[in-house]
Amino acid sequence: MNHLEELLASRASEVESGGAEKYHQKLKDSNKLFVRDRLKLLFDDGEYTEDGKFANNLAKELPADGVVTAIGRVNGEKVCVMANDSTVKAGSWGARTVEKIIRIQETAMNLKVPLLYLVDSAGARITDQLEMFPNRRGAGRIFHNQVKMSGMVPQVCLLFGPSAAGGAYIPAFCDIVIMVDKNASMYLGSPRMAEKVIGEKVTLEQMGGARMHCSTSGCGDVLAENEEHAIELGRSYLSYFPGNFHKQTPRLDGKLPSLEKSISEIVPENQNAPFNMYELIDALVDGESFFEIKKLFAPELITGFARIDGRVVGLIANQPKVKGGVLFVDSADKGAKFIQLCDAYHIPLIFLADVPGFMIGTKVESAGIIRHGAKLIAAMSSATVPKISVVVRKAYGAGLYAMAGPAFEPDCCIALPTAQIAVMGPEAAVNAVYANKINAIEDPKERIEYVKEKHQEYKEHIDIYKLASELIVDDIVPGSELRNVLIDRLSYYESKEMEAPAKKHPVYPV
Amino acid sequence: MQEIKASMAGTVLNVMVGEGDTITAGQELVMLESMKMEIPIEGVEEGTVAEVKVNVGDFVNEGDVLVTVK
Repeated sequence: MNHLEELLASRASEVESGGAEKYHQKLKDSNKLFVRDRLKLLFDDGEYTEDGKFANNLAKELPADGVVTAIGRVNGEKVCVMANDSTVKAGSWGARTVEKIIRIQETAMNLKVPLLYLVDSAGARITDQLEMFPNRRGAGRIFHNQVKMSGMVPQVCLLFGPSAAGGAYIPAFCDIVIMVDKNASMYLGSPRMAEKVIGEKVTLEQMGGARMHCSTSGCGDVLAENEEHAIELGRSYLSYFPGNFHKQTPRLDGKLPSLEKSISEIVPENQNAPFNMYELIDALVDGESFFEIKKLFAPELITGFARIDGRVVGLIANQPKVKGGVLFVDSADKGAKFIQLCDAYHIPLIFLADVPGFMIGTKVESAGIIRHGAKLIAAMSSATVPKISVVVRKAYGAGLYAMAGPAFEPDCCIALPTAQIAVMGPEAAVNAVYANKINAIEDPKERIEYVKEKHQEYKEHIDIYKLASELIVDDIVPGSELRNVLIDRLSYYESKEMEAPAKKHPVYPV
Repeated sequence: MQEIKASMAGTVLNVMVGEGDTITAGQELVMLESMKMEIPIEGVEEGTVAEVKVNVGDFVNEGDVLVTVK
């Protein structure tokens, strides 16, 4: 090694060691990993190619200007990454930090490969604002690029620490946000700023912590136990996706379901009794293949990826065990985003319907349940991937519509023997139609008999064989055959080609 | 003291626990009826029922406290 190469090696190793020792200690104290150790865990064999390593190297205290940008492989497929280094000025953004992030976004777009954002950043360096905030290639361009890339290549956020102020929009524009419990946070204004500006006293965890975002705000999708877990989840998530929208996720070898319980045992005949939809999913999909999105948020609707005989599918399932499986404002939002995500990357959708409808009452009407429900229906309606609607039990009212009912061009609508499709359930319907007559009957016994008779008439009217006879459902299948039916139909629908109607884009009901 | 709250608006269909009962996480404490569905309300962690705040037939709003556990 001559002296020039020695100099290079020493300058490179200086950059690669990140910020001062005390900041490395701070990482250790809060169970966090150094940025380059995160990258080693993320990439296959820990290998990656980095650009801009020497960014701002004349400034000494700003190695790589606080961000590592690199290309490597995950599960054998190329991916680009930007990763904040919180040992360097708390991972804050200067002019070169922003330029590096923009460049790795451009690289991901040119190569058509996924981009992962490993975020751990205090936000903008206010002292550098003119160089990094308002200009054409300032921070705003990062978000502009994210929107441009959305639906072109998968964008994944692994959130290890704060994503503050403007920086909080990086996760917001990603397809999925995996947050590390206790350490990750998102907020526009810090608790200190909230106290100064609006007088609120609150902790960071309460206001913008990982658990809050994954369960209440819906800004987070998956809550990870620690950094290693978050990285593992990120790698696993990518295995369900193609590298870009031109490609399809490869099929793997199928596996038997993890639960050997029969579906007829899982689903009660009594339409009003709760059961656990997770059991049905476990009995239906390949073992250990279910990757749930937003498990803690709006749990009355289950969304997640799985494989069925090795093929990736997106599942949207009502959960009768939580809030009766009724659709609410948040569940509608959750479903809408998930459907768009699947549709963007050619992932077929399977709807498992057991839904009494959208929630009614003052509280939800004033929260705008109609326009939120419209989001879900619009997303489902405009999806052009294979759509399979499975009516597990009841599908009442607009619930039928939201779960890809017959009018929304599913490739098929199949019913289990327990299925019941109607504007509303027998009790509500008989009451709505015959309320005056029922009230007019004075003898209580006679009244009960009358109501019973009307229930029976109604049930016959919406009998599933009658609906099959009218070609409303395409088939009635036993629970024991459902998995095989789905395997066959998914293989037939693989060649589906559906053009969206000619126009610029719909006016989204947001 | 831990508060077990109604997950949605509805009517109390059944109260399955009484004051002083020991409960486990995931045990069904109260059954609500809403949207014609039975809505089980489960215990979050182990404990003893301190107070049952509702009776069968009561209307409850989302977030109303049904049971307190210590």
